[in-house]
Amino acid sequence: MAGVETLRVVETHARAYRRIWRGSVITTFLNPILYLAAMGIGLGVLVDEGTGRQALEGVTYLTFLAPGLLAASTMQTGAGDGAWPVMVGIKWQRHYEAILSTPVAVRDLVAGHLLWVVVRLFMVTVIFGFVMVMFDATGVAGAIRAVIPAMVTGLAFAAPVTAFTAWTEDHTGLTNLFRFGIVPMFLFSGTFFPITQLPGWTHPLAYATPLWHGVEMTRAWSLGLDPTLPPVVHFGYLTLWIVGGWIAANRLLAKRMVN
Amino acid sequence: MEEPALVKARGLTKRFGDMAAVDAVDFDVRTGEAFGFLGPNGAGKSSTMRMIGAVSPITAGELSVFGLDPERDGAVIRSRIGVVPQQDNLDEEIPVDENLLIYGRYFGLARSELWPRIEELLSFAELTDRAHDKVSSLSGGMKRRLTIARALINEPQLLLLDEPTTGLDPQARHLLWDRLYRLKQRGVTLIITTHFMDEAEQLCDRLVVMDKGKIVAEGSPRSLIEKFSTKEVIEVRFPVGVQETLADRLDGIAKRVEILPDRVLLYTDDGEATTHEVHSSGLEPESMLDRRSTLEDVFLRLTGRTLID
Repeated sequence: MAGVETLRVVETHARAYRRIWRGSVITTFLNPILYLAAMGIGLGVLVDEGTGRQALEGVTYLTFLAPGLLAASTMQTGAGDGAWPVMVGIKWQRHYEAILSTPVAVRDLVAGHLLWVVVRLFMVTVIFGFVMVMFDATGVAGAIRAVIPAMVTGLAFAAPVTAFTAWTEDHTGLTNLFRFGIVPMFLFSGTFFPITQLPGWTHPLAYATPLWHGVEMTRAWSLGLDPTLPPVVHFGYLTLWIVGGWIAANRLLAKRMVN
Repeated sequence: MEEPALVKARGLTKRFGDMAAVDAVDFDVRTGEAFGFLGPNGAGKSSTMRMIGAVSPITAGELSVFGLDPERDGAVIRSRIGVVPQQDNLDEEIPVDENLLIYGRYFGLARSELWPRIEELLSFAELTDRAHDKVSSLSGGMKRRLTIARALINEPQLLLLDEPTTGLDPQARHLLWDRLYRLKQRGVTLIITTHFMDEAEQLCDRLVVMDKGKIVAEGSPRSLIEKFSTKEVIEVRFPVGVQETLADRLDGIAKRVEILPDRVLLYTDDGEATTHEVHSSGLEPESMLDRRSTLEDVFLRLTGRTLID
């Protein structure tokens, strides 16, 4: 699947990133610091003093929140990178058209794009892990165990969102995707509180979201607990989104660009 | 013995739904020539170019580029051609020279090979002093030249130019024409689409006139003009509102009379005599312009419409 053309696409992503890496790294640091300070510490004190502990399997709110927030961050990175840069390439700057006039084919372009997203997810995860340890939300081992499930979560959004972007006409579709898809998932998929706090009829909705499975796995492995379902189910579901999204992205981008 | 065609199309067709953008066209492009597709917007020129460039599958007919099948050998074909699209599609956020570098990397060229070539191409495109500037800071003409330089990064044997000078001011157009002429002298085969007849006359050895997906004529600019038009044309303008009342009195005054909304064209082989005749018939036009025939006249004759509506 991934030929040498794929690596050339990754190379150009990396070259473009060299120009913005400082700003990007600072944002990537700042984001978890702000969230963990405000919610983990500020709000966490109230939760820990109240009845929160029983619902959180005995850990502090900060410890509970940090891995969930990590999974939600990789979701946002994956979805964001699957949306805006892809629309820039297709429509706003049209450089995908230029790339596809070279020996690079749609499948190389998609594979290279997703491979670059993997690199980005790794950076986000490592920086987030560093902040988690800094806040004493988890130990170094806990941060390291969170890397794989967090990255898989991000990719489970990057691939289908890339496909969606290849299909949707313009920024309106992307804005709606974030407004009605990504943001509600961020709030209700177990990032900030266990979904058992919600009425029972909502649980199947949460099970359908890739984020819930990502949060479950990232939190369980980071804290050394057992996830709700066997890991093979959680990872299997996320893999379904990755593979399905990848295949759809190839087809939809080909339909849009090579017609 | 004639050289085998570099691009050969037989019954080439492109349909989008029910609409035939390109409707069973035949043409040959020979090595080393500058070949043009002349026609108004929507004639099917860009669709034809995209099929030649192996980024648009053909619907029916036959197409070979370098003797290869675009469907099967698309990547090989694309590695040997350069493409200048209608709309610039440079990476605006990165500098001029890196745009060329990145593009060269897509062809698998080594950086050590690319840098000297980039220097050469920047000087060819007169962009050497802008090498490190962001693309977004360039003028329209500069972006166009950069796009052409980028299309040359893989030293293509065939360059596809889709409306290369649309939107440029006259000075920028002439500079571009000069660069394209130099490329042709170096032996690069050029395929150009345009809806400017002067561009087609300047650049093309041979061209086809396209209208509504079909080829309506083929030949050198000179031979097309000789075949479908007269030596000279007199453009006659009347004061507003007067043309309608007088136009029928022009009948028979020239070999052919073409009445446009804003002027009347008199096709003649002897401009002086016809001018004289207009005056002696008592007509009082606002202005009269005697000029030679152009491809615009050929197109008007063939389709009954002007190139730019």
